[in-house]
Amino acid sequence: MFLLKTALQSLIGNGLKTWLTVFVLSLSFVMIILMQGILQGWSKQAIDDAQRWEIGDGQYWSAHYDPWDPFTLDSSTVAIPESFLPMIHQKMLEPILITQATVYPDGRMQGVLLKGIRANQQLLEIPTAGLVGDSVGPVPVCVGAYMARQLKVRLDDEMILRWRDKNGTFEAVDIRIAGIFKTSVPSVDNGVLWIDLNRLQQMTMRPGEANLLIKSPEVGVSQVEGWEYKSIEKLMESTLLLVKTKSVGTSVFYIIFLLLAMLAIFDTQTLAIFRRQREIGTMVAMGMTAGQVVRHFTIEGTMYAFLAIVVGAVWGTPLFWYMSKVGISFPVEAADFGVPMADVMYAVITPGLVIGTIIFIFLVTALVSYLPARKIARMNPTEAIRGKVK
Amino acid sequence: MKRLLSWVVLVPLTILSTAQQFPTGKSLIEKVDKNMSANTRISLSRMEITTSRGNRTLEAKTWTEGDEKSFTEYLAPAREKGTKMLKTDEQLWIFSPSTDRVIQISGHMLRQSVMGSDLSYEDMMNDTPLLEQYAATVDAVEIRDGRNCWVVTLTAVKPDVGYYMQKMWIDQERYIPLQIEMYSKSGKLLKKIEMTDVKRIQGRWFPMTMVYRDMLKKGGGTRMTFLELQLDAALPDGIFTKSSLR
Repeated sequence: MFLLKTALQSLIGNGLKTWLTVFVLSLSFVMIILMQGILQGWSKQAIDDAQRWEIGDGQYWSAHYDPWDPFTLDSSTVAIPESFLPMIHQKMLEPILITQATVYPDGRMQGVLLKGIRANQQLLEIPTAGLVGDSVGPVPVCVGAYMARQLKVRLDDEMILRWRDKNGTFEAVDIRIAGIFKTSVPSVDNGVLWIDLNRLQQMTMRPGEANLLIKSPEVGVSQVEGWEYKSIEKLMESTLLLVKTKSVGTSVFYIIFLLLAMLAIFDTQTLAIFRRQREIGTMVAMGMTAGQVVRHFTIEGTMYAFLAIVVGAVWGTPLFWYMSKVGISFPVEAADFGVPMADVMYAVITPGLVIGTIIFIFLVTALVSYLPARKIARMNPTEAIRGKVK
Repeated sequence: MKRLLSWVVLVPLTILSTAQQFPTGKSLIEKVDKNMSANTRISLSRMEITTSRGNRTLEAKTWTEGDEKSFTEYLAPAREKGTKMLKTDEQLWIFSPSTDRVIQISGHMLRQSVMGSDLSYEDMMNDTPLLEQYAATVDAVEIRDGRNCWVVTLTAVKPDVGYYMQKMWIDQERYIPLQIEMYSKSGKLLKKIEMTDVKRIQGRWFPMTMVYRDMLKKGGGTRMTFLELQLDAALPDGIFTKSSLR
């Protein structure tokens, strides 16, 4: 307690210099929590949105299905196994059929992925109810807002869709934009046209076939020959990896602040040990061991972290609250970014994150404070009292 | 009443007699094949691609043997110069000098456009005789470019054809198609080829200009003009091998 008291008195005695160092360190402390909180929020939101819009509670992929290779789509379109049919009937599994196609909005040619989904599905948030059309008018399709902008189409606009059936024969039909939805999951928006599954199966001459099935939480995982189950973790692997990479990237900012603060602490400690030799000599002469004096200076340095956390808490708490409740909007479009990303991102600040950051800051500050204090152990007390330093 | 009866009887009879004068679709297609196909062909051609974004012109020299083998070397523009394309039976290989690599175009990649034109690799690759894929019927007589033409409708007899139906306007005297239209199964016009500038080359009639148009998109299509054409000429040895690509 005595050590803490004297350490705090020494720090406060340093005046403005101390508070500047404390402020920079608090900046680093708040930034670490905020950045990590935003990335955690992004990660959570990405998984939530992907589950609601695309992956459900996991997916079954046909053996040759590779979402990164559209050229394999035809070969990966296979008959849905009979064992899945009761669950499809109960809407606990949702089959998706995918084929390549070309659309001609206003005479421009654009390649798209045509994805077939049941109009009455309830598993995903894609507004598929409008996909039920009549047999005479243009075929209704729905697109994401980004895709609508890419195609330069609006609701009820019509255009020609061209595709090939199972045998490779060209077919073309007029389609109508029956719905435009907004999503933060680019893979259901960018380059995708949604159409009624039954209609697409007829159009491609592939009745009862699909490329993948989306699972609801009510269905257990089973092994089906020719189909491979992909868990949420597996399906979100690349997104989470990107979040992790971003986490490393953003850490550069707070590492700079942290380095500045540590440099200031290191510098202050070195200078203090130089200027306060008589004090150190007196301490030793009065019976303190070198170890105790080193501990005194280390604690004194570490007190910067304590003050920074207090200061950081004062100005950081309202900021954390704001970021958790109001969030921050990014000008970047999710579909441009390639991964699920909402317009507004919310920080998820957990007690674990705050405590972890506090421990980290304490440890780094303690280390930086200890390094210059080691010099004290090598001091001769009589020479130190006389102010002679080697 | 008598007059009406005579119309009812005479008109169908006239139509029937006219229809009977039509040659069979099969015989017409055979004559077209005979006229246009040569054992070997060496050509220098220019391809002008007109899109809504602008124009592009390519020049290429092509060596062809029958319907199955061909070798093309692009001569212009500078960016494409040295690009070579080899087609043998069912395979297509491309050499790009910028990457110094030979790649095989296969599967669905064959559906991509050739050098941004209105032609796909598959269109180029398709060498199956028409009569093996389609049933041909002669429907009418029409005038195209001031010439009398038979209008022949080709309907797919095999499931694995790209275009379910084609319509061909065949010159009645020269036995060359002056226009081809390609339709989807539902009857939508997808592509159109117009042949003009018909010249007599070594005793055969040949259209020296062909304009390919994707009818669903805007743009002036792709104009292919033969600048030089030699039929049944001797080809260099080993030209249809992969080693000639580099």
